[in-house]
Amino acid sequence: MARAATTTDAFNAVAEPRRREILDLLAGGERPVNDLVRLLGLAQPQVSKHLRVLREVGAVDVRNEGRQRLYRLNGQALKPIHDWVKSYERLWSERFAELDVVLEELKQQEERDGQ
Amino acid sequence: MVSSGTATVELPTDEQILITREFDAPKHLLYKAYTTPELVKRWWSGQKGEVTSAEIDLRVGGKWRWVMVSSEGFEVAFHGEYQEIVPDERLVSTEIYEIPDQGDSPPTVNTATFTEADGRTTLTVLVECPSKELRDTIIDSGMESGMQGSYDALERVAASLS
Repeated sequence: MARAATTTDAFNAVAEPRRREILDLLAGGERPVNDLVRLLGLAQPQVSKHLRVLREVGAVDVRNEGRQRLYRLNGQALKPIHDWVKSYERLWSERFAELDVVLEELKQQEERDGQ
Repeated sequence: MVSSGTATVELPTDEQILITREFDAPKHLLYKAYTTPELVKRWWSGQKGEVTSAEIDLRVGGKWRWVMVSSEGFEVAFHGEYQEIVPDERLVSTEIYEIPDQGDSPPTVNTATFTEADGRTTLTVLVECPSKELRDTIIDSGMESGMQGSYDALERVAASLS
């Protein structure tokens, strides 16, 4: 099966727990690197490394303001991931909705059997 | 009937997919629904088609093979082997997607865990891929179909992760 390199990279970038934390923090709005370092409790080089990965896949954008570098979320780049998770969740939700029906019957059966 | 809401999907690491869902039922019934062929046939295809075969040899080293026919008429088949069985608690099995005209996919290792509290059961299904590449392939396939507004290909791949 063909691999879609760009979107695959975005997935991998987002799969890392620390990078997810960074995205969560940026979901609240634009932040300077120092903020992220403080809130994550990580060393600056580590945070910078994560930010570089996220920038490479377009998950975050950066701009300079005075001496500060400000990072913000790029919702457009994250949409395919969001869409995939949503459609995948839908598949499982449909499957589990059917399972709910089965379980309800099993429960009633046990009650009838006096267990 | 009480509906227990939607499933949540997470990507904990580069090689994993994690599905979580709470059910309004004790864990032994959930385990039963997962391991009894006649019951699997009723839920596994969701609203995508019909399960035509659910073979389950429930012992360590035992094989399973589930087949469904989608509403569009194509057949989707998966098989694997049980690696660990803790009744009502935990099921570990390999899972292989039988790709039409291409043969078998590499196996994933799927761990279903049933945790009960106050009569409700949380089901987690952890899908572990042997490589990031396979995880990516699963995701790519799902995404392509998702973006086309069709869930057929997604179903084929995603159904391999039960």
